Amino acid sequence: MNFFRMNAHAIATVYGKELRDMLRDRRTLLSMIVIPTLVMPVLMLGVGIVSYKVVRQAKATTPTVMIIGGEDSPAARAALAAHERIEVVPTTADWRERISDKKVRAAVELPPGFDAALERGEPAVVKIYNYEGEMRSAFAVSEARRFFDDYRERIVAGRLEGRGLPATLVKPFQVRTENVAPPEKVGGNVIGGIIPYLFILLAFTGAMYPAMDLTAGEKERGTMETILCSPVARGDLVLGKFLMVLTASLGTVVFSLLSMALTFMAGGSLLAGVAGGASAARTAAAGAAMPVLPTLDPLGMLAVLGMVLPMAVLFSAVLFAISLFAKSYKEAQSYASPLIIVIIMPAVVGLLPGVELNARLALIPILNVSLVSKELVSGVWQWDYLALIFGSTCIYAAIALGFAVRMFNREDVLFRT
Amino acid sequence: MIVARDLTKTFQDRKRGAIQAAEGISFTVHPGQIYGLLGANGAGKTTTLRLLATLLTPTRGTAMVAGHDVTAAPEKVRASVGFLAASTALYGRLTAREMIRYFGRLNGLPDPVIVERIQRLADELEMHEFLDRRCDKFSTGMKQKTSIARTLIHDPPVMIFDEPTLGLDIMAARAIVKFVRDCRARGKTVIYSTHIMSEVEKLCDVIGIIHDGRLLAEGTLPELRARYRQDDIEEIFVTAVGPGPAL
Repeated sequence: MNFFRMNAHAIATVYGKELRDMLRDRRTLLSMIVIPTLVMPVLMLGVGIVSYKVVRQAKATTPTVMIIGGEDSPAARAALAAHERIEVVPTTADWRERISDKKVRAAVELPPGFDAALERGEPAVVKIYNYEGEMRSAFAVSEARRFFDDYRERIVAGRLEGRGLPATLVKPFQVRTENVAPPEKVGGNVIGGIIPYLFILLAFTGAMYPAMDLTAGEKERGTMETILCSPVARGDLVLGKFLMVLTASLGTVVFSLLSMALTFMAGGSLLAGVAGGASAARTAAAGAAMPVLPTLDPLGMLAVLGMVLPMAVLFSAVLFAISLFAKSYKEAQSYASPLIIVIIMPAVVGLLPGVELNARLALIPILNVSLVSKELVSGVWQWDYLALIFGSTCIYAAIALGFAVRMFNREDVLFRT
Repeated sequence: MIVARDLTKTFQDRKRGAIQAAEGISFTVHPGQIYGLLGANGAGKTTTLRLLATLLTPTRGTAMVAGHDVTAAPEKVRASVGFLAASTALYGRLTAREMIRYFGRLNGLPDPVIVERIQRLADELEMHEFLDRRCDKFSTGMKQKTSIARTLIHDPPVMIFDEPTLGLDIMAARAIVKFVRDCRARGKTVIYSTHIMSEVEKLCDVIGIIHDGRLLAEGTLPELRARYRQDDIEEIFVTAVGPGPAL
């Protein structure tokens, strides 16, 4: 009992000193408080507004389309040119390149004798060339399709009429989709998946600087030897220091979360002004305060924090161990910086469409939290996976912490020259 | 008291293989005595002192420091030792008072005792003026005084100095030498490593000449003079270690 109290006292002493030391360091405050506090509003408002504006602008501009062939089909050409949601531009020989270069959004190819084929009632195929995955090209394609659907319907209706048949013969019912979400939310939801991942990244970057400063930094400044010759047990020393790194990591996450909450609260009125023009007043008046902010489930956000907690332990311990190995701050930086790629990779995979959580992926660190967070913020709770991911991350964290303690007990690491 | 018996430390180097940094080193230092460890750079002085301060674990052999075994009770040894080296720096973002208090707490001293001792040390070392200023703004002399106070806060019976005057100007070095003498006067067991011959001559009661990790000769200055038939400590040293590499 006494032994335990002594240990806790030593750990608390080391932690208290490191906390005081770190709070006096501008660089720590920058990475722990300033950056996360700024990143959230910039990301949420900035990206939200930009994506919203891009989508709106793309929808507002009429897509340019070229017509290939159809010289012998003036009726179809004229009808297409008359369609007001498409701007037909003169056809050039390099239309393929022009689509690739995004000079023209799509091209429509009319088969030879298209008008005549329609007259005779023969089958014909119209081709639309597009640039897959490009938003404006997709708009052009959907407009062209809408035109040809209408055009076909008009012809069908004419033929039925000619034979004295009702229009419902070939079209017994209609299907119509109606969007209930405001169109602005489309942009917001895209970054909804990025927000939880950002916590993972911040948990890492928040731990990075203190981990290096408390290990390699101390070696470089000569204080490591000073502290090692005090009677504090190495285990207590490493735990006290580690807790400080963890504090910085979690502090970064907490500050970003607070900043996010503030953005939500204050962002509405701000956005009403930024989102632009006449719609702004309408939006504010309608009470839809955050047209471009992501829709996140608050309870899910808290759960994301819970998942990030063991992850922060894992990051802190890994960064602590590798920085401890380094002789100098610079060396530690060169070890720690490439790790950011390791953090980004699983997250990028997690953001890819179609990558879904399964038992195997639930065991891959970072990727698992990234994937489950995406579901949590949209209000989906998969308890079995949550338990598996939390448990496995805790185990990885414990292994990493054990490794850090072992490194701290190795004199060839502490006195590496 | 320090009793080193067959202290041996072997480092494994990937390129150079096994390096014997200290080999079979044995000596005894009594309370109220200054033992000078004299050797060139890389002779094994720092390794020997780090073994005594339990910063390193011996590959073979052991030492008793203030009655505690360095291998069996390293934390008790560290609680009995004040370790001062050119390489032991201060935390720049702490004030002198915070620095000294931190080491008092790590030594398990209750806060009232720490307060009282800081007061006394600040009196003795004339530190009041800068006690609450941050260490990174200190002059060399202020840093030195703070380091000394840091090593003395737990009033250790054994003092280990590893080239403490390295890189200091004459006045600062003299202050250190005076401080080491004070430690002896208070009955502390003192071990002092240096490569500066004059310091050894002025300061040390017993001199151990260390070279290539081995203790080659040991004795009081008169004893060494008699054994090597040399008057000058530098000549004694050169005779003991043999001719160096030709330039």
